[in-house]
Amino acid sequence: MNDNTEIKNPLAGVLRTERMPHIWCPGCGIGSVVTCFAEATKRSNIDPDKLAVVSGIGCSGRMAGYVNFDSIHSTHGRAIPVATGLKLANPKLKVVVFSGDGDLTGIGGNHFIHAARRNMDLVVICVNNFTYGMTGGQVTPTTPSSANASTTPYGNYEYPFSLPFLADAAGATYVARWTSLHSRNITQSIEEALQRRGFSFIEVITPCTTLYLRRNRLGDGVDTLQYYQNNAVIKHGIDTRETAIGFQGQIVVGKFVDRPKPDYLESATRCNVKFIGDDYQLYGKTEPEKQAEEEAKKAASGGESAV
Amino acid sequence: MNIVTADPKGVDAGPHFMDGDHAIAEGALAAGCRFFAGYPITPSTETAERFAERAPEVGALFIQMEDEIASIAALIGGAWGGQKVMTVTSGPGFSLMMENIGLAVMTETPMVIANVQRGGPSTGLPTLTAQQDMLQVRFGSHGDYNIIALSPDSPQECFDLTIEAFNLSEFYRVPVFIMTDETVGHMHEKVVIPPADQIKVVERNLYKGPKEDFRPYGFDSQGGHPMTRAGDGYRFHITGLTHNERGYPVMTPEQNQIVLTHLIEKINGNADKIIRLEEDQVEGAEVVVLSYGITSRIAVRAVQEARKKGLKVGSLRLITVWPFCEQRIRDLSQKVKAIVVPEINYGQMVREVERSAAGRCQVVSVNHCGGAVHDPLVILKAIEEACR
Repeated sequence: MNDNTEIKNPLAGVLRTERMPHIWCPGCGIGSVVTCFAEATKRSNIDPDKLAVVSGIGCSGRMAGYVNFDSIHSTHGRAIPVATGLKLANPKLKVVVFSGDGDLTGIGGNHFIHAARRNMDLVVICVNNFTYGMTGGQVTPTTPSSANASTTPYGNYEYPFSLPFLADAAGATYVARWTSLHSRNITQSIEEALQRRGFSFIEVITPCTTLYLRRNRLGDGVDTLQYYQNNAVIKHGIDTRETAIGFQGQIVVGKFVDRPKPDYLESATRCNVKFIGDDYQLYGKTEPEKQAEEEAKKAASGGESAV
Repeated sequence: MNIVTADPKGVDAGPHFMDGDHAIAEGALAAGCRFFAGYPITPSTETAERFAERAPEVGALFIQMEDEIASIAALIGGAWGGQKVMTVTSGPGFSLMMENIGLAVMTETPMVIANVQRGGPSTGLPTLTAQQDMLQVRFGSHGDYNIIALSPDSPQECFDLTIEAFNLSEFYRVPVFIMTDETVGHMHEKVVIPPADQIKVVERNLYKGPKEDFRPYGFDSQGGHPMTRAGDGYRFHITGLTHNERGYPVMTPEQNQIVLTHLIEKINGNADKIIRLEEDQVEGAEVVVLSYGITSRIAVRAVQEARKKGLKVGSLRLITVWPFCEQRIRDLSQKVKAIVVPEINYGQMVREVERSAAGRCQVVSVNHCGGAVHDPLVILKAIEEACR
């Protein structure tokens, strides 16, 4: 290799490399998911100009700032409604929501179930590290029972959500779960989700080394990957009621749901065509555009008759 | 400013008999609004219903979101997706929108929000009128910022000012508010919608230059900075964090001063271009009645009665409520004996009047706690006392 050759990041172009280094801790699982996402976007042959990423607040919320697509870093819990607006305003876009467990299912839980219910065409990736990382390790709706968090210092006595079950019950048409150890599977699931229409939900269980692991004396990132290797069981198509996660217990992973169903815009268009007629077109051509088209047609036919 | 005539598809030209809520929906469609995300709340729901009914034939989209938080969040996405966007609400929903009004201000996202005010606090008087959110609209979200707010006093003005709101919003890239009230919202009057070629509409200034030079922001305390929309290839990034012109986070005191100064001064510095007032016999008046929205319709009667009694009374109506007409009040306060301020609240805009008058004339608050409009005789009494 020539000494002058610059070694390029293999994901340059997909990532905003000028913004590196990122803010995430050593051993954190978010970076692995970002790498899988970046790889999936390359593999899926999706037009990068038509891909947009929206995130909320928290460690995972910072992801939108590191990917080289149209991106919105919105408010806490509101990534899904912002993404909904973006998708509906420009239906040609593929919109991805990148979020954490607290952001998506705590403060943003209502938006999550309603977007799933509508089968809104969004790819929602949830990095679930069982903790509010940015604010210092508080309990979240997914923290396993008995786990220690800074706001449950004597152990968590609440019952956690199982997110695949929640998504499935609310109407999501694609549901998968992996751990950050399963990088090839995550990439494949994201790729599949990017190529389908409807509400796709991918949960990735990840280590929060600085807070969750330290507080619960679970070692470091490598120890957690070892735990994933020993305790993750692939069960494709399993009933999502069987996907609950206990403290340091078994983690059921796999693709649980993949069912076709008309998405929100498809249903809206069908309904409107029924009542308005076949010339219904969302954001149809503006009047000047129509006139220009008419004139172009006239000019073309006029040209023909002259010949 | 890229001014064009309205897209005829959204213009239902001709004379109509409709209420203020419906007129807002028609104004939005005429202004080119094609995306409406809303949540039902009395007394604003009729705007959402009319937009939902008209949307398919215009090629627009209406979505009823799960709450007001989602509605305004969807507007931010919708605007950056390339559409002109709006929502409508009332007190409780307005409170829920506050956080993302801040995000819209920070990301300089154009949108129009109508607040058909009802009596509060809390659930208060859901079906009855008030003007109690006049300070919330200006200061309700956290942090320092600035917005534009207009106050129509008739269904016709609901139509006209909604178009103006979109035009201001597109140019200054700031949320613009229609601060109306239950009475105007539910009042049926004649509304004349002009033909499309007589409606002036400000088009979004979309950036068309080279990709590497694209900046979503320009911190020059002016409006008119170009924006983009997702899908055009400029790969924008926007964030609620303090950011540079590229949109990337820069969280320093220095940068916050640059951003905040721009956000506030692009409105304050252009206040004389934005502010619209309606004045009647203000020159030579001894007392001026300052009012806005439905209260100005009531004040007219009081002013007429006072003039019959030989009192020199002028009337000043705020069409633009925010930015406040500080300079005009400063000038007036040196010429008149008193400014009488009737409003359907415990005294909100009167604080601005007092601040601007700065003791140079008497400022009289004629407050009404909501649920009804003033008795004109109460305003008349205040005028008479001020003239003494």
